[in-house]
Amino acid sequence: MEELLSGYLPIVVFIGICMAIGLALMLSAFIIAIRRPDPEKVAAYECGFDAFDDARMRFDVRFYLVSLLFIIFDLEVAFLFPWAISLREVGVFGFWSMMMFLAILTIGFIYEWRKGALEWD
Amino acid sequence: MADTLWSYALTVLIIAAQSVVLLVSLLVIIAFLLLADRKIWAAVQMRRGPNVVGPFGLLQSFADLMKFVFKEVVIPAGANKGVFLIAPLVTCILALSAWAVVPVAEGWVIADINVGILYLFAISSLGVYGVIMGGWASNSKYPFLGALRSAAQMVSYEVSIGFVIITVLLCVGSLNLTDIVKAQEGEWGVLGWFFIPLFPMFVVFFISALAETNRPPFDLPEAESELVAGFMVEYSSTPYLLFMLGEYVSIVMMCSLITILFLGGWLPPFPIVPFTWVPDIGWFLIKVCFVFFMFAMVKAMVPRYRYDQLMRLGWKVFLPLSLFWVALTAGVLVAFDWAP
Amino acid sequence: MIIASLFFYLFAAITVAAAFMVISARNPVHSVLFLILAFFNSAGLFVLLGAEFVAMILVIVYVGAVAVLFLFVVMMLDIDFSELREGMLQYLPIGVTIGAILLIELFMVFGSWVIAPETAGFAASPTPPIDRITNTEAIGQLLYTKYVYLFQAAGMVLLIAMIGAIVLTLRHKEGVKRQVVADQVARTPAGVQLKDVKPGQGL
Repeated sequence: MEELLSGYLPIVVFIGICMAIGLALMLSAFIIAIRRPDPEKVAAYECGFDAFDDARMRFDVRFYLVSLLFIIFDLEVAFLFPWAISLREVGVFGFWSMMMFLAILTIGFIYEWRKGALEWD
Repeated sequence: MADTLWSYALTVLIIAAQSVVLLVSLLVIIAFLLLADRKIWAAVQMRRGPNVVGPFGLLQSFADLMKFVFKEVVIPAGANKGVFLIAPLVTCILALSAWAVVPVAEGWVIADINVGILYLFAISSLGVYGVIMGGWASNSKYPFLGALRSAAQMVSYEVSIGFVIITVLLCVGSLNLTDIVKAQEGEWGVLGWFFIPLFPMFVVFFISALAETNRPPFDLPEAESELVAGFMVEYSSTPYLLFMLGEYVSIVMMCSLITILFLGGWLPPFPIVPFTWVPDIGWFLIKVCFVFFMFAMVKAMVPRYRYDQLMRLGWKVFLPLSLFWVALTAGVLVAFDWAP
Repeated sequence: MIIASLFFYLFAAITVAAAFMVISARNPVHSVLFLILAFFNSAGLFVLLGAEFVAMILVIVYVGAVAVLFLFVVMMLDIDFSELREGMLQYLPIGVTIGAILLIELFMVFGSWVIAPETAGFAASPTPPIDRITNTEAIGQLLYTKYVYLFQAAGMVLLIAMIGAIVLTLRHKEGVKRQVVADQVARTPAGVQLKDVKPGQGL
């Protein structure tokens, strides 16, 4: 247990140093460079007259569908990790148990495909 | 009590020193790879590329760094200031912190954790945050559209990357990156590396890595000709630098991940005399540079994908192919009792 | 071990604080960002318990996938959250009841370990020591064989989720021309018709 935790200490230190480097790079311009904002400079990068309202707008529901499907496949991958490294221990039964699981999800995948959820228009 | 505290402090100091050495050399290597990227691109188009700063333009990246630092930080009036500035920081810090678990040579790794590959997978799945946050916080049309496209693109290719990693893990039987490299060691040298038995997965991973890091031909989020620069439009000075840096750090990360998973990490191509004279780290760097060269050539030669083609490639070609290959690999391993 | 307990208090404190900010932040986007912070610190707590696999999966699935969807929804959907907040008092009793029940159940679980420590040994499959076998392998050795029915049930749940997502969100636009690669590749010169179009007349 002690050993396992001491393996993670370097990660904490490393991320700390990464943060320091990132912050230092970011702040350097705030300290060194001049800042002279004016209304034209800080306007959004668009042509013509000023924007009427917020640039954030409603968009195609398809983007949500993609991220929903991604969650499901991501979970599938999560289930595969322990199986992949203990294939010898779980043996033939474990292999077929996973094939069953993948078959169930392949049904879903085929449904998706036939329904046209993977089309982009 | 005081002794244990001292020993703790000493360990932390040693780790910190190692980390700084790794990060500084990484950043210097990236400065030159960035130049190499531009030079290769230029050479393919029969241009000279940057050649003014220093001999052969070797110091170009450092000149660029200075220029970024001396530029004014422009924050758009309509932007959500906090999130606007956090987004590039997140991108850069995440990209850098992935390097904590990468073994660059036998035993040369900051943190040799059991679940190294999961750590890398987790970090790469977080890369999308910088893009979404940056695109949303800018409160401008182009960044918004760029962020939207990019988010859907990055998550689509994440799945096939996951399946490819699974096929490699099936042949290794461990989540530790050092073990993955060691599993490819053998008297046959290059013939034992995973890119030969898993060649289709090597190709899928290479292309998915391009899509995941928004490299051309999958650079739709920042397609200059239609979205100006995608989610980075409103950024200037060092915030922009951090986005740029984060992008290149994760590209080099993907190159070394390909090296570790498929090209035998730090192993020499043949375990015999002339090859073993080169130190381990040398082989690792040579392989990473080779993969980066391929990345650069793809950028120079392949035209940009259309968005529907991109989604079709990810969901309808790579996903079924890699899923099938997972089942096939596992089937072969179980049938011949080769499972590690 | 002192360092470990220091980190425990750090992670636990940040988790609780971030969780509080999730429900109290005015801007919904900030809420989601605090939620992500809470997830990260819970992952840290899992690592402190020695559950590396669960920690990483928490980051991959919750932060890398679920929170992306949340962020998508709140950033892009433009919901007026202050309006939703109006009815908060109305739902308060139900929320408090559910929270209280959960809390009591947690107390009962941990209380039983305190009152009768030997019950912990009755667990269906005791965890093997971490120094002998990594917990990813320990999960792998149990999940796919001993708990095969639950595992298949999880697959079914994912299938239903997939179908549900499509049924609820998929709307096809009418009259969209799509690229059919097979048709393009299968085209032969024989199938091409040349038409001589006269100027000014059209087809």
